[in-house]
Amino acid sequence: MSDRIYAILIIGVIAALTALLRFLPFLVFRGQRPIPQVISYLGTVLPYAVMAMLVVYCLKDISFANIHGWLPSVISVVAVVLLHVWKRNTLFSIVGGTACYMLLIRLMV
Amino acid sequence: MTKTMAMAFQKSLPVMAGYMVLGIGFGILLKDAGYGFLWSFLMSLTIYAGSMQYVAVSLLTAGASLITVALTTLMVNARHLFYGLSMIETYKDAGKKKPYLIFALTDETYSLLCRADIPVGVDRHWYQFFVSFFDQCYWILGSVLGSLLGTILPFDTAGIEFSMTALFVTVLVEQWLTTKNHWPAMVGLMSSASCLLVFGADDFLIPTMILMTSLLLGMRKNRVYER
Repeated sequence: MSDRIYAILIIGVIAALTALLRFLPFLVFRGQRPIPQVISYLGTVLPYAVMAMLVVYCLKDISFANIHGWLPSVISVVAVVLLHVWKRNTLFSIVGGTACYMLLIRLMV
Repeated sequence: MTKTMAMAFQKSLPVMAGYMVLGIGFGILLKDAGYGFLWSFLMSLTIYAGSMQYVAVSLLTAGASLITVALTTLMVNARHLFYGLSMIETYKDAGKKKPYLIFALTDETYSLLCRADIPVGVDRHWYQFFVSFFDQCYWILGSVLGSLLGTILPFDTAGIEFSMTALFVTVLVEQWLTTKNHWPAMVGLMSSASCLLVFGADDFLIPTMILMTSLLLGMRKNRVYER
C-alpha cells in the first residue's frame, strides 16, 4: 500500500468515525427516549481516563537509557502543570511548556 | 443577516487565538511528518477535531493499523456523543443548517453555544451556524498556516512536537482541578502505564482502552464511583 493511499484511508476512517460520534445522538435519541445509564456513566468518566492515556501516549518514547532521553520531557511536563495551576490559561501553559522543552533539548547536549 | 454575522464573529473571537495557535502547531507537526499544506487542509476540513488530529499525526508516522486508528478515534472522540446529547433540543429546528451544526460541534464551539444565550434580534440558527463556521475557518487557517510556516521557517523546529504533550497535560490538569473524583484519571494513568510496560510503545493503545473501560465499568457496579 502506498503512503498516500494509507494516509487517505487513515484520514477517512478518523473523519467518518468522528462524524458518526457527532451525529449518533441526533439519530438515536430523536424521540424522548431515555439515555441508557451505562452510556451516560461512561460519558462522564471516559474523558478523564482518555486524557490520562493520551499523556502517557505522548511520553511513550522517552528512554531511561541516558539523561537526555527523559529529563527534558519530565521537566517540561512539570513546567506545564505548574504554569497551568498558576494561571489556568491553556495557551499560556502550552506555549510556555513547549518553549521550555525546545530550550532544554538544545541546552542539554 | 449582517448583524447576525457580526454578533457571531464577536462571540467566536475567544476561540480565534486558541485555534490559530493550536492549528499552527498541528500544521508544523504534520509538515515535519512529511505531509504538506494540502494534507492539513484536508484533515482540518474533514476531521475537524483538534486533539484527534494531533494524535493522527503520530499514528500516521507510526504506520498504525486501521483498527488501532478506528478504536483510538472512538475513545478520543467519545465525548462528542455527549455534546450531541445536550444539543438535541437546541438544534431541533435548525433545518438545512443542522447537518453542518452537528458536524462542526467541537469542544470549543460547544462551549460557546451550549448556553443558548442568543443575542436579541438575530436569527438563532444562522447565529449558531456562523459561530460554528468562523471557528472552523480559524482552525483551517491556523493549520494551513502552520504547514506553510513549517516549510519556510528559518529556524530548527525540533521539539515543537511537545506542544501535543503540553496540550493533553493542560487538559488533564484542568480536569483534575475542576472535579473532586480523581478515580477515572487514575484508572487511565495506571492502565496506560502498565499496558505500556507489558505491551511496549507500539502496541499498548488497544489493550489500554479495553482495560480502562472494563475497570471503569467494574467500578460502576461496585459503586466506587459516586457523582
